[in-house]
Amino acid sequence: MNQAKSKLSGTSSAYKIVSIIILILLAIFFIFPLYWIVTGSFKDAVAINSREPVWFPTSPTLENYVKLFTRPAGRWLVNTVIMAVGALVLTCLTAALAGYALAKKRFYGRGLLFTIIICAMALPKQVIVIPLLQEMNTLHLADSLWAVILPTVGWPFGVFLMKQFSENIPNEILEAARVDGSGEIRTFFSVVFPMIKPGVGALAIFTFVNSWNDYFLQLIMLTSEKNFTISLGIATMQGEMSSDFGLIMAGASLAAIPIVAVFIAFQKYFTQGIAMGAVKG
Amino acid sequence: MAQNAVATASKKPKKEKRSQFSGMSKALVRRETISAYLFLLPSLIFFIGFVVLPMIMCLVYSFMDMGLGESGTFAGLSNYVRMFQDPTFIQGFWNTVLIVVVAVPTVTAFSLWVGSAIYQMKPFTRSFFRCIFYLPVVTGTVAVTVVWKWIFNVYYGVLNQVLGTNQNWLGDEKTAIWCIIMILFTTSIGQPIVLYVAALGNVDQSLVEAAQVDGATKLQVFWKIKWPQIMPTTLYILVITTINSFQCFALIQLLTSGGPNGSTNTIMYYIFDMVYRYNDFGYANAMGVILAIIIAIFSAIQFKFAKTDNG
Repeated sequence: MNQAKSKLSGTSSAYKIVSIIILILLAIFFIFPLYWIVTGSFKDAVAINSREPVWFPTSPTLENYVKLFTRPAGRWLVNTVIMAVGALVLTCLTAALAGYALAKKRFYGRGLLFTIIICAMALPKQVIVIPLLQEMNTLHLADSLWAVILPTVGWPFGVFLMKQFSENIPNEILEAARVDGSGEIRTFFSVVFPMIKPGVGALAIFTFVNSWNDYFLQLIMLTSEKNFTISLGIATMQGEMSSDFGLIMAGASLAAIPIVAVFIAFQKYFTQGIAMGAVKG
Repeated sequence: MAQNAVATASKKPKKEKRSQFSGMSKALVRRETISAYLFLLPSLIFFIGFVVLPMIMCLVYSFMDMGLGESGTFAGLSNYVRMFQDPTFIQGFWNTVLIVVVAVPTVTAFSLWVGSAIYQMKPFTRSFFRCIFYLPVVTGTVAVTVVWKWIFNVYYGVLNQVLGTNQNWLGDEKTAIWCIIMILFTTSIGQPIVLYVAALGNVDQSLVEAAQVDGATKLQVFWKIKWPQIMPTTLYILVITTINSFQCFALIQLLTSGGPNGSTNTIMYYIFDMVYRYNDFGYANAMGVILAIIIAIFSAIQFKFAKTDNG
């Protein structure tokens, strides 16, 4: 199982080679769907409806994208960005404040609150969305972007993550700030926040990606076409014209490329955040 | 990161109950409590309003006979009784269990294998593989699902074209659910791999070297030294994968709508169907409550096993 490179015991190079070959084959398998989405979006009707595999669009066309934008696809994309950014900003701000308090303050109800947060994280998120629809109807927020932002912000994972990061802050530094006469709010923004920045960065990407891809929440909450997100738009299009694969792949590209780009750009921040959080036990 | 949830949740509160206020004056405790709750307030508003409240409402609605947006009437336990006599629910239950029982061990074992194969590679290669396996998560359920629908298509799908077959993968009772599980697998292993790579990187290297000096084989080093140290991560991965697999929905709604013949119907899909097709909101919430209880039981079992495993 473990073919770790070690200095003392000899490495079985045969096993190593086999495992690398398997890894590469798997990598191809995992990258293929994305490849197929992007190349498919540039294939013309002949290539799409061919009975032989067309591995690469030999006569690339933009007609799928032209067709896609006869729908309000641009609007869907804008909605999705507003939703994901809104969720990200609110989540990071509220979670950083709360996580710091949970990690560094001593107060009544602390243990209980933390236990409730952990238990809530073990609940099936999607089950809560059904009664939430009723609540959003009552608040007249259903079918608006608020209905997909607010529940994402409420999910306690961010608070938990920020608590883990805030625990690394040395008490002496907080004490020193207090002695210097720094108020609570100023201490938070000038001392605490810079120290938990890597955690906030990780949480920001996490929230952005999750919100962007939370199809179930979007499906339940958003009903009119002008309020759709890009995922919901494609899903609906797919239901109406399930055999126009070129069009659907163009939609899927529009949904996937921005988020994959964001992820790759901030990948280091993201995994570093996770790794750093994991160091402390 | 979050694998500490497990350890922290079970240990910390107990330890701190005694010591948290030691050496603090009453006035200081009061001041700290007030300021702590002010820091917590924004987050608590969202948490209580959009997580705790709907949770409670789910429980309340489950005892009622109501459609969406109606006020409804009290129905006692009738929604729960009905569930056990509803063949569609029972079928959905068994399909869900099949998905969980197959997906959770495969995802965990496989991500452990990938994690241990790549964690000592050069940083660039490691990031590369980690990124590739995370790709289906980032691409998004909908985009991934629609492309698989095309790949699996009888006439235009690349799978049949390559294999030279004429199989209706998603339209055949025997294969449909396995296609779903396979896609679920590809969208589930990203996070476990990231967590395992981080956890394996943190294994105490001096213990590993000491064991090697004593002539331990690699397999022994793995099971006796590394495995116990990454146990909290394993437990966390088991729990999150279980929760996610139990809620398998989007793949089913987009690929098969629960068909053919209900062979891919899951509890989550049936809940959705109950709201949108039958407008039976009370029954849908009752199934939600039961799903939450089933997940809680599975998580508790995993905790128990992990504990005895650790000795």
